[in-house]
Amino acid sequence: MGTDILTIRDMSIHYDTPRGTLKALRHVNVNVPKGKIIGVVGESGCGKSTLISSIIRLLAPNADMASGSITFDGKELYDLSEDEMRGLRGTDISMVFQDPMQTHNPVLTIGRQMTDIQYRDDKTAEQKKARAVEMLTQVGIPDPEARLEQYPHEFSGGMRQRIAIAMALMARPKLLIADEPTTALDATLEVQIIKRLEELQADIGCSILFISHHLGVIAELCDEVVVMYAGEVVEQGSVREVFHSPQHPYTKALLECDPGHIKKKTRNLPTIPGEIPNLVDVPPGCAFAARCPRVFDECHTKRPAWTQIKDGQHALCHLAAKESVQ
Amino acid sequence: MLTFITKRIGLALAIAALSVTLLFIIIHLIPGDPARTMLGPKATPELIAEIQARMGLDKTLPHQILIFFGNMLQGDLGMDIFSNRPVATIVFEQLPHTLALIFSAIAWSATLGIFLGCFSAVRRNSLADRLTGILAVSFIAAPAFVIALYSLLLFAVELKWFPAIGAGTPGDIGDIIWHLVLPSFAIGLSWVGYIARLVRASMLEILGEGHVRTARAFGLPEKWITYRYALKLAILPTVTVIGVGMGFLLSAAVFAEIVFSRPGLGKLVIDSISTRNYPVVMGSVLVSTILFVASTTLSDIVNAILDPRIRQAK
Amino acid sequence: MADTENTKTRGEFAEIIYHLVRDPLGCTGFVIVTAFVFIALFADFIVPYDPIGLNIKDRLQGPSAAHLMGTDQLGRDTLSRVMMGSRVALQVALPTIGGAMFIGILLGMIAGFGSRTVDNAIVLFFDTIRSFPTVMFALAVVALVGPSLTTVIFVIMMTSIPTYGRVVRTQTLSLRNSEFILAERSLGASVARILGVHILPNVMGPLAVLAAMDIPTVIGLEAGLSFLGMGVKPPTPSWGSILNDGYSLIRNTPWIIVAGGIPLILTTLGFTFLGEALRDVVDPKLRGTK
Repeated sequence: MGTDILTIRDMSIHYDTPRGTLKALRHVNVNVPKGKIIGVVGESGCGKSTLISSIIRLLAPNADMASGSITFDGKELYDLSEDEMRGLRGTDISMVFQDPMQTHNPVLTIGRQMTDIQYRDDKTAEQKKARAVEMLTQVGIPDPEARLEQYPHEFSGGMRQRIAIAMALMARPKLLIADEPTTALDATLEVQIIKRLEELQADIGCSILFISHHLGVIAELCDEVVVMYAGEVVEQGSVREVFHSPQHPYTKALLECDPGHIKKKTRNLPTIPGEIPNLVDVPPGCAFAARCPRVFDECHTKRPAWTQIKDGQHALCHLAAKESVQ
Repeated sequence: MLTFITKRIGLALAIAALSVTLLFIIIHLIPGDPARTMLGPKATPELIAEIQARMGLDKTLPHQILIFFGNMLQGDLGMDIFSNRPVATIVFEQLPHTLALIFSAIAWSATLGIFLGCFSAVRRNSLADRLTGILAVSFIAAPAFVIALYSLLLFAVELKWFPAIGAGTPGDIGDIIWHLVLPSFAIGLSWVGYIARLVRASMLEILGEGHVRTARAFGLPEKWITYRYALKLAILPTVTVIGVGMGFLLSAAVFAEIVFSRPGLGKLVIDSISTRNYPVVMGSVLVSTILFVASTTLSDIVNAILDPRIRQAK
Repeated sequence: MADTENTKTRGEFAEIIYHLVRDPLGCTGFVIVTAFVFIALFADFIVPYDPIGLNIKDRLQGPSAAHLMGTDQLGRDTLSRVMMGSRVALQVALPTIGGAMFIGILLGMIAGFGSRTVDNAIVLFFDTIRSFPTVMFALAVVALVGPSLTTVIFVIMMTSIPTYGRVVRTQTLSLRNSEFILAERSLGASVARILGVHILPNVMGPLAVLAAMDIPTVIGLEAGLSFLGMGVKPPTPSWGSILNDGYSLIRNTPWIIVAGGIPLILTTLGFTFLGEALRDVVDPKLRGTK
């Protein structure tokens, strides 16, 4: 485990809602090796956002960590004081958000916001500004010095996302969390930004937790992939293994539904039949049981274990457990 | 920016011109003749006719309005028939007292209101927040002139902490401020409530926006996020409301001036009504209307200066 | 679907009352407002003394068992005068709000449904009226026609029209282009039908909230103008004229001011609390957020 920058073990996050306790994440396991890019896929509502918020410890006030631990760089994150945690944000762990149009404060200049986040550094205002210019150049913003004086609304969405990346990488973090950073952008911009992110990652050597619902982007960019379903991590492994020999029936179904994977011409796009289970009243056993084509009796009664398939590939499935024993 | 200001001022001029015209028409539609009202029931027809001629009332309505605008543009609001002094001079003598009252009220109530609003927003749903909320609603509901009467009764008559009457000795700043405390408190109180609620609502909205999340994700100190990042945005609607508040405060000031026997526009109007000094009443109402239009315009322009999104809009 | 949403069923009305009473502030407001209306309606029967009957012997008394709120300079019982004063407040508030709402709905709908020019003209009219400082405008009118309750009602009504008109206009504009209205229009429904059947029920909720919030302002203004001697004529008791009596006697007895101000503050608070609670109920988006 010494090679992991981030390890999440058996973590459960519950929300206290008027309708009851919403078990948004249940016994989740994720590990992010140093210097690797880990993709996270899953449909909306599967707990991706809760996962991110729990890592940076910015959960909603009604959220509660019911079990588990998050270890970052050898430290247990939930043992840190609020100030110690704040010290990690924007330095060792930083984030790029989904919607670039809302990432920046509309009444402060980009320069002001880029120098403000360096408030911890013992530098003069000129040095901070120089650092901001340097970062903007790296993400490919032309004429960075002049643009520091501008306000967010004077930049396009793609530009703003580049600025967000520049800000996130300014302190050379150990872990960058990118929450669907390209979803709001069009396809050409997406490719450019992914390329830029790859280059910068190689340069800084940080790990990236890259959330996306675009399987193609994950396959292109990531070393490993984490598959989430209804508040659980159902599979993690190298992109090659997971994409070529998926172990969890949900992963298989997800890959079959991806338009990029469909080779035959067809009128009907494949879908996964059935609905996501109610997260307030979670059925015992496997969360995917109701929709699984290979379901058997045990799936409805017993929760599957997090089973290692082969080196580095894990799945949360009774079938995988059986096969690995054989 | 320049286009915005030009447009905004153009609109303000249109509204000011319209409201003055409307005032003129309403006054003419209402039964009652200023000349007759001023002179009382014993006036002879010749006298009424003479006064009507001096006030221009014998001409047609559009003609009167034109003459009135022509005069107004030259700063001429007509003559006070009793003292034979220009109405403009009389009104502008009283105006500074009213303005001092209104601005001091805005200053203290906005400061306290913004503070309470922030205080409530960062402690959302706590007991302190709920109590502040109830207090704010109560302040808004309490009529200004009742607050004026109660504070006169308690702090001036019973406790004798503050003076009950007048605006203080001219030139003595300390004394003037001393006389301002109670009236300014009375008319500003409901604005504390308004502004606190407004700032709380817009703070809560802004604290939930994406850029605040970004600021938190970069580990900026929470105080910094609240006061330097969020408040700067939350203050924008407040600026607009303060401009509108000028109109309410002009009304409230009338009561405060009567209750505390302070000189000012309100007292001038009330005194002029009792002596049926019609031109002075009209002049004061006119000046206060224009003042109100000017202040809403000004607050919109200040808002635009503070908000780069409006400032740079083409 | 729109129709079922529009028609306020009896169950929905009971629901609103239920939510109102469950909210402590709303409940307080409800009780105060009910008490106020009750006293205003039945003042003749419940006043302990004749509110305008003189009794020079008992003048300027403090509170006592006989006169709970004391007496004024003519020996009139302050409590009885305060109770009668609630009637004046109601007499002014109802026609003022009713009239302003009626004209506001009319103009707002015309603006929202009419052509661009009509809309602009009405909005400009609203902005113009709003640019009069209410009290100053009232004083200008009083200066001409003399003080009376009718004058007060007319002036406050005039200045309140934009409050209602603007809300109706915004609602009409947004509903005008909504799918169900477009569908109705394509089926040939008349403008009058659309306005009356679809838009009117949809604006009533927000208008009710607005009215509850506006009543304190109107009552306060009436009292204020009567305090300045521009409203009711003596000896009719209004909270404002009682306060005026108290003001001139402030150095003799504090009780008249105290007694005249309390019902005014209570009533304005009551209506404001009620309005706030009503808004939380009527606007489901806000329900439960407080």
